[in-house]
Formats: sequence, C-alpha cells, structure tokens
Amino acid sequence: MKTIMWISAFITCGLIIGIIVYVFAKGIPFISWDLLSTSPTYIPPHIGILPDIMNTIYIVIASLVVMVPLGAGAAIYLEEYATNQKVVAVIEYAAETLSGIPSIIYGLVGMLFFCEFAGLRTSILAGALTLVIMNLPSIMRTTQESLKTVPQSYREGAFALGAGKWRVIRTVVLPGCVDGIITGCVLATGRILGESAALLFTAGFAHTLNSFFEGLMSPGATLTVALYVYAKEQGEFGAAFAIAAILMILTLGINSLAMWLERHFRKMREQGYPQEKTKE
Amino acid sequence: MNAEDKQKSDTIISTKDLNVWYDDFQALIDVTMDIPEKSITALIGPSGCGKSTFLRTLNRMNDLIESAKTTGSVLYRDQDIFHSSMEVSELRRHIGMVFQKPNPFPMSVYDNVAYGPRTHGTKSRAKLDDIVERSLRGAAIWDEVRDKLRQNALGLSGGQQQRLCIARALAVQPDVLLMDEPTSALDPISTTKIEELILQLKENYTIIIVTHNMQQALRISDGTAFFLLGDLVEYGSTDIIFSTPSDKRTEDYITGRFG
Amino acid sequence: MTRKKQNTMQENIKRKRVERIIHGIFLMLGLITVGCVLLITIYLVVSGIPAMRTIGLKEFLLGRKWASTAAEPKYGILPFILTSIYGTSGAILLGVPVGFFAAVYIAKIAKGKIKWLLQSAVGMLAGVPSVVYGLVGMMVLVPWIRKLFKVPDGSGLLASIIVLAVMILPSIIKVSVTALEAVPPEYEEASLALGATPIETYFRVSVPSARSGIAAAVVLGVGRAIGEAMAVMMVAGNAPNMPSLFESVRFLTTAVASEMSYSSGLQRQALFSIALVLYFFIMLINAALNFFLKRGNVKKL
Ligand SMILES: Nc1ncnc2c1ncn2[C@@H]1O[C@H](COP(=O)(O)OP(=O)(O)OP(=O)(O)O)[C@@H](O)[C@H]1O
Ligand SMILES: [Mg+2]
Repeated sequence: MKTIMWISAFITCGLIIGIIVYVFAKGIPFISWDLLSTSPTYIPPHIGILPDIMNTIYIVIASLVVMVPLGAGAAIYLEEYATNQKVVAVIEYAAETLSGIPSIIYGLVGMLFFCEFAGLRTSILAGALTLVIMNLPSIMRTTQESLKTVPQSYREGAFALGAGKWRVIRTVVLPGCVDGIITGCVLATGRILGESAALLFTAGFAHTLNSFFEGLMSPGATLTVALYVYAKEQGEFGAAFAIAAILMILTLGINSLAMWLERHFRKMREQGYPQEKTKE
Repeated sequence: MNAEDKQKSDTIISTKDLNVWYDDFQALIDVTMDIPEKSITALIGPSGCGKSTFLRTLNRMNDLIESAKTTGSVLYRDQDIFHSSMEVSELRRHIGMVFQKPNPFPMSVYDNVAYGPRTHGTKSRAKLDDIVERSLRGAAIWDEVRDKLRQNALGLSGGQQQRLCIARALAVQPDVLLMDEPTSALDPISTTKIEELILQLKENYTIIIVTHNMQQALRISDGTAFFLLGDLVEYGSTDIIFSTPSDKRTEDYITGRFG
Repeated sequence: MTRKKQNTMQENIKRKRVERIIHGIFLMLGLITVGCVLLITIYLVVSGIPAMRTIGLKEFLLGRKWASTAAEPKYGILPFILTSIYGTSGAILLGVPVGFFAAVYIAKIAKGKIKWLLQSAVGMLAGVPSVVYGLVGMMVLVPWIRKLFKVPDGSGLLASIIVLAVMILPSIIKVSVTALEAVPPEYEEASLALGATPIETYFRVSVPSARSGIAAAVVLGVGRAIGEAMAVMMVAGNAPNMPSLFESVRFLTTAVASEMSYSSGLQRQALFSIALVLYFFIMLINAALNFFLKRGNVKKL
C-alpha cells in the first residue's frame, strides 16, 4: 500500500518536473530578444511574439478592470446586504454553476453575445468580457472569504457613530477585504494567462501590434492562442515551445505569488491588523 | 422647546413595556424605566439577563440583528425612537456607544476620532482638528497621543484604545453615552483611568453603563438597575440598591458577588 | 431652529434615497452570476434547438456519421458523445487511482518539506495552461504511442485519455486532500488505539469518512475532463470516427472548436446543438458535484 502511494506521489511530482524540464529545454533556446520584441511577417518569414504579449497584457488589464467591481460588488451584496437566505443560495448556486462550465462553452456564448449580439465583433474586448464571466465566481469567493474576516466590531463601531450602510462599507469594510480582492486578481490573472478555448472565437488569432484602446477593439491572439496556432496550424514548433516556456514561467510565478499572498495575508490576520504600521 | 419639554427635562430616556425577542426567545420582558439626565446609571445582573440587549435597544443597534423584534416604546427627549420620523443615524449621533472590547478602526488615531464628524458632514480641516483635539482631551488621552495622531490606532495599548473609542464617541457631541462593560477587557490601572473619566463626563453627558463589577457600580453610578432573566427586578438610587435592596433576588445577587 | 431642522430632514431623506440606490446597485451586482447562468442557458437552448429540430433529435443524437461538409451532409453526433464518454471514463480510470493514492499520501503520511513539495507540485500542475499540455502531448506522447504500439498515427483516443488523466490529477488530489484532512483526528486515534496500523487506519477509517469529499473530487475530475477542449484538440486527431483507442477521434468539445471558425448555416447550428448536449452533461455533473459537496461538507478549491 505504502509503495503504491509513494509511486503515485512520485508520478505527480515527476509529471510536473518532466513537463517543466522538457518545455524549458525545448523552448528557452528559441527565446531571443528578437522574438520578444518584433511582430511576425510573412515576407521574409519571421516570427515575433510582441503583439501576442501585448494582447495578453491588454486582455488581463481589461478583464481585471471589469471583473473587480462586478465580483467584489457581488461579494459585498452577499456578505453585507443580502438578508434573504434563499436569494443568497440562488446566487451561490449560480456561481457554482458558472465555475463548472467548460471554457469552450464560454467561448461560444461569448461569441454569440459579445461579438454578434453586442456588436463588438471578434476583439480583445469581447474576449476580456467573456473571461470576466468565467472568472467572476473565483473573485467573488476570495472577496467573500476576506469579508468574513473583517471583524463585526468595526461595523458596529461605525454604525454606532451614525454612519449609513454605504459609508460603513466604504470606509471600514472595503479596506479590510482588499487582500481578498488582490488574491482574487492574481488567481484570475493566472487563469487568464492559461486560457485559450474561450478566446479562440471571441478574441481571434490576429498578430498585429496595437495600442491599448485600438487593441481592445481589434482581434488579437494572446500567448496561449498564439501557441496553439503556431503548434497546430503552422507547425512552428520552435516558436510554440518558446511561448510555452514563457507561459510556464509566468504561470508558475503567478501561482507562487498567489500562494505567498494567501499565506502572508493569513499571517497578517492572525496577528490582528497591520500593527507594524505604528512606528514608535 | 416648549414648556412641557422643560418640565420633563430631567428624564432623558424613558422606556415603557419594552419587550425584545430574538426569534422565539424573549430577552427583555416589559421593561419600564426612566433614566435621568446628566447622571450615571449602572445596569447589573447575571450573564445573559438582557443588559446588553437593553443598551443596544436604546440607540437601535439591535436593528442590525435580523432576528431581533421589539415592542413597547422608548422615548428619547419625549420622541419615540421607533417612530418613522426618527432617523437612526441622528439618533445614534445623540446616543453614542462604547463597546466591551475596544474597537478602534484600522486607521490613524486622527481618522478614528474624525470618523463621526465626517459622517455627519463636517469637512473643514480646521474644524476637524479642533474637534479631534477637544474629544481626545475630553477622553483624557490627548497627552498620550498628541504626537501619534497619524499613527495607526491599533498600535495603542488596550486602555488607550478604549479611551480613544470614548473620544471617538464624544466627537459627534452626543447627549447620552451607552457603555457596555467598557473596562472588562482592561487592566486595573486603565480601569481606574476610565472610571475617573466617566465621572468627569457626567458633567455634560448622561451615561448608562453595563458592568459586572459591583464595586465599579457602587463607585461611579448614581442609579442602579438590576436585571434578571429579562426582567427589570429593581431600579433605584445606587446607595439604596446596595444597602437596603427591597427585592430578595437583588440582595442575593449583590451579596453573592461581594462574598 | 425650525429651518435647521427642516434642513436636516431633507438631508436625511436624501441620504435615505442614496442608500436605497446603492442597495439596488449591489443587488444587481449580486444577481449578475444568476444573469450570466440564465444568459448562457438561454443562448445555448435557443441556438441549439433549431438544428436538432431540422435534423431530427434521434438522427442527431444517435446518428453514427458526421459529415457536415459533404455534398449530402450528415449530422450524427453519436461518435462525439461516445468519444467524450469513453475519453472521460478512461481519464478517470487512469487518473483517479493515482490521484487518490497521492492524496492519501499527501494528507496523511507526508510531513514538512516533502508535503510542501508535493502540494506545490500539485499547485503547479493545476496552473499549467491546457495548450502546454497539448503541446507536450503532441510532441512527446503521440510519437511514443506511435512507436510503442506500431500504429500509423499516435494521436487519438489513447493520447487524449492520458493527457486528460494528467490534467484532472491536480483537481482530484486537491479536493481529496481537503476532504481527508477534514477527518476528525479522534476517529483515527480510536482506530490506532485498537491496534490498527497507521496504513490500515487511513484506508479503513479516514478514507471511508472522507468518501463524499473524494466522490466530489472524482465528479469534479469528470467535469474537467469532459469540458477540456484545447489540449484534446492537439492530440486527438479530430476525425469524426467512432471511438477506438488508436484511431483519430473527435470529442464534443473539439467538434465545436474544430469547425466553428469556418461553419455556416445548418452546420453552424448543429455545432450549437453539440454545445447544448455538452452543456446538458455538464449540468448533470454539476448537480452530482453539488450533492457530494454538500454531503461531504467540503469546499471546492
Ligand atoms: N443576536 C442574538 N441572537 C439570539 N439570541 C441572543 C442574541 N443576543 C443575545 N441573545 C440572547 O439574549 C439574552 C440576553 O443577552 P444579552 O447579551 O443582552 O445579555 P447580557 O446581560 O448582556 O449578558 P452578558 O453579561 O454576558 O453580556 C441571552 O440569553 C442571549 O443568549
Ligand atoms: Mg452583555
């Protein structure tokens, strides 16, 4: 029994190490300043992933900007306003459902709703909005968790001074749940970096370099989509592995950041509140 | 103010047949009580007898508890606090509250004290500076924090935090201060400081204080109310309650605690 | 005096109105998730039904041939449904045992650095983008299968199953570990006190009391596997064959993904119908997941 367990654990570890080593070995030799800083051209045949990098950044920014107010707002509603337990149950069930829907379905509905119905066409913005819906449950959950840890005594103290609900939320509750929002954003960034199926038909495959606002309204491939296109449709495996290596570095970094943040925030909570801010 | 108001001016809060339920559990039963202005009234009684519930009803903090239901009336300066024309935030401005555990907000000392005035619309920096200083002086903590106004209030000691909370309550210039066991989480020296402070505050404020400490009630209060299982058993001048209580239960409780 | 009072009263009315408006805004934000679920459901149903009607439900679901671009198009998705079911079952068969034993090891035996290392490994596996799994599968797994089994093309159901098994591993391990760690230590102590060895205790006491959580982990894995598109797209070969281990196959997800960009008319509508079928499966799985999560009292991660 113990051997089987040990082997299983070893397989798990071996898989990730194997993937990392393999991807790095194949990809890092292809990473060059030229690759990172140029756009691709057909004539002469040349691959550069700068547009894909920029598109990824654009889509992360656009998604977070829309997602944070929506997700945090929903969490605030659930934790601070909602009194009807049935409503809460319905909302939480809906969030659960959303987090179980596969990304290809998001891509499809995103295409129908944002690109066609809302008239955004295939664009980074349409992709970003699709990702917002996908990531809403997660940022809601992290915000909710941290709202739960804001001491009730803060709210009582503020109410006792005659503050209205909104003022209480704005001044003493929100500052206390910033950590949850940040953790949620980092997690979402990781997920957005790795997402591809939801973006294929919403954000498209274009590799043109745009400024931020231009980019929002134009189609564009993110790094993951570019990887897919290079590997599957163009057989450019060097570029694909280079992108894969970059993606691995980014997602590993972001996931460790998320883990570190969670631990850090928990420690801060356990020590009470930011006491170190007081200098004697 | 009309003539009738003036006549009654020595009673600031009066409750009549006040009942409070938490779901099916009745926490207060027909409490009728008149509280005189500019005095210290102590609420005593065993744990769970409804002291906090009574206190929290007076500034409608119990509104925050969904399961709580209230019947009967509470008059503050002859105005029904449950009447629809009564604005809760106004009521709470007049009837401030200090909690058992010091609960300063996680912001600077200054912002803590300025929180109330800002809530009620004071924006001018000079005015706020003035209010902050006056309130901190009023709560006998100015000398200790005058150099730390910009520092996080959570860095203060427990006793300082509690006096800061009193200053925060004073900053909106209330009429009445409700205090729910304000010293039970503090060391003896801080407790003494706060008791002295409460006696000073009596000059300008009406104070209703919940305490488990009989000596404290005796030391500082003018009137004492003894609650048992939601009933107001006995209410009268502190000297009489502690020397010649008329109800056997009061006597048992007081002597039991003294023993 | 009275004017002042009037002013404060107006202030108060204004304040109350503002509070009400803000409450309304938050209510709307709160209902967004519900709105999204409705939106997705309605869109899928509305755009998925017409093709089913035109083609005929039986013909569509049980038809064994998919030839959407043929002169005389055929729209039978039985191959996709079966491939999705076989592929998912295979991934579960392969992934669950490994995940389960690894979870017991992480939750009960591993300590300190080793535990941290394993948990980080699981976290990292979960963070790898699906296209990277697809790429590695395409470049490593597919050639291996081709050589090992001497088949003309390594991409197909077997390659998909292996990739999916790896991809669902982290979810299975994470949820199972949470469930196992939530087992009250008293249970285990009681068993140990009766003279059972630790290993016996873990499998006779801890695992049974965490069974709902572990079931939830498996169901979660099922959901992940059936919904995965990109990685599978890169290793499955994508020919609409009936499922067979070494043949090129197409899943429900990849059926949608592979034709969407150039589809039109009935073909496009049929793709929406496929998505609707997939959505139906997902809803069943979600219901099962919720059932086990509630019973096991574990949070999904
Ligand atoms: N939010 C609530 N929900 C339900 N029951 C409550 C709630 N708050 C108080 N109670 C109940 O009401 C009764 C009175 O509570 P209250 O807090 O007023 O007592 P207390 O006299 O202040 O006690 P203590 O001295 O321990 O502070 C108790 O039996 C308590 O269990
Ligand atoms: Mg109490």
